[in-house]
Amino acid sequence: MALLALENLHLSFGGVAALAGVSLEINAGDFFAIIGPNGAGKTSIFNCISGIYAPARGRIVFDGRDITRLKPHQRAELRIARTFQNIALFRGMSVLDNVKIGRHVHLRSGVLACGLYYGRAAREEQAHRAIVEREIIDLLELQDIRHKIVGTLPYGQQKRVELARALALDPVLLLLDEPTAGMNAEETEDMVRFILYVARVKRLTVVMIEHDMGVVMDISDRVAVLDFGKKIAEGAPAQVQQDANVIKAYLGEDVEVA
Amino acid sequence: MSDQIVFLLQLVITGVAVGAVYSLMALGFVLIYKASTVVNFGPGELVLFGAYVAWATILNMKLHLAVALPLTLVVAILLGLVIERGVLRPLIGEPIISVIMVTFGFASVVRGVLNMTWGSDTRPFPALFSSQPFHLGPVPVSPVHLWSFVTVMVLLAAFSLFFKYSLIGTAMRATADNQQVAQSLGVSVKGVFALSWCIATVVSALGGIILGSVRGGVDFSLADYGLKVFPVVILGGLDSVAGVIVSGVIIGVLENLSGGYLDPIFGGGVKEVAPFVVLVLILMIRPYGLFGRKDVERV
Repeated sequence: MALLALENLHLSFGGVAALAGVSLEINAGDFFAIIGPNGAGKTSIFNCISGIYAPARGRIVFDGRDITRLKPHQRAELRIARTFQNIALFRGMSVLDNVKIGRHVHLRSGVLACGLYYGRAAREEQAHRAIVEREIIDLLELQDIRHKIVGTLPYGQQKRVELARALALDPVLLLLDEPTAGMNAEETEDMVRFILYVARVKRLTVVMIEHDMGVVMDISDRVAVLDFGKKIAEGAPAQVQQDANVIKAYLGEDVEVA
Repeated sequence: MSDQIVFLLQLVITGVAVGAVYSLMALGFVLIYKASTVVNFGPGELVLFGAYVAWATILNMKLHLAVALPLTLVVAILLGLVIERGVLRPLIGEPIISVIMVTFGFASVVRGVLNMTWGSDTRPFPALFSSQPFHLGPVPVSPVHLWSFVTVMVLLAAFSLFFKYSLIGTAMRATADNQQVAQSLGVSVKGVFALSWCIATVVSALGGIILGSVRGGVDFSLADYGLKVFPVVILGGLDSVAGVIVSGVIIGVLENLSGGYLDPIFGGGVKEVAPFVVLVLILMIRPYGLFGRKDVERV
């Protein structure tokens, strides 16, 4: 059974249909890429999965459970983590604080206990901090900058912090919205290396929106192509690459595919 | 030391003590504003509520202090929950002016209920601290001022640590920064709103208890102290916790000095007006406050 199934999602803004009946099935352990021209509805799919948008019609089933009506924070509690197309970090906070918030869904102590910071609550806070420091910060090589204020970091590092924050949630499903957008070749290579590494080490199911065709073809198991809110192709990268519809609608007639 | 200087120091010390209480109350106001951009137009009533409940539990029901004070804070938390769940949550998505007006309306209701329950007579408030002054050098200091100052500073330090280091505090800051992203990380935004209202009602109640104890009595004029929150947050910056801690003390000292030196000249009343003169001046020259972010709207 698929870990995540989108069934016939419809979403429109005013008269514009952002999603016109999109269905996808993503299996556990998959590295799934969604591609398509600007405005095809890729990010809208993510916003539906994480609960920011409510689809007008259709269902979202995660791990056998209908989550279509759940609130965004409840979906995060099911360990669905995401990054954003335009970096959405808490800019005034340190790297460590940003990543630490990813642990919020795992916090068991109540507000009062945390406020008074005694016994179990104190130990739990320390445990979360240790997890963040030991696993996430080290994994993504953020040790040197962990006390820096995020807003002061270069773009590539901010992208990495955002990935770290999503990982701190210890996700089952990780949604990456253009993780290498705006990066130079070297930064892209680093980022891809990190993503592949954590996906393997943490056995994540990943859904990635990406424009860089090289990246998509290299690392994804399956690719779905969207155009004007509809899925026009789906399959293995090589297969999609050859698809006449895709070449026509997305890549253009004469473009050489990387 | 000349009498002049002793007089000045006395004014400053009292000002610092009372100003610290303003800081505490303003902290609650700022939390609500940061989390939800709601301006609470009833800070005075929250102070009144705390003071009256404390009076009722200590003197009316004759509970021991160790029971009465926690009980007062629990009731304050309940008030916070009632305001957030019952009054504000149904208004999510409504224009901000409606939300602000409803805080005003709710404050009137609180005042009315207090009046109906306990009447408008001045009630004696137990002195929680000794009133026998001691001398700091040549300057007489009343323990009530010293202890209220110490209590407030401990509370402010505790809250600051909570916001800075605890996971929940970090989640509150995250929510203030970007609600949508905080939600995607599993933070319940409504939970944060509720928490900030509860903290506001608790610090206001503490403020009410301290002020009641400093003045030795509770009546509806206590609410005026709550109104001092406005000059404090305008001076400190609507969204700056550090800012209001500093500006609370500044306002406290300023009002005391203007009371001490200008009241005799103008025949009184300057003390009450001075903080609001500051409010107007700050709005004219630095509308985002001393420490506030520049893009804060004027409210």
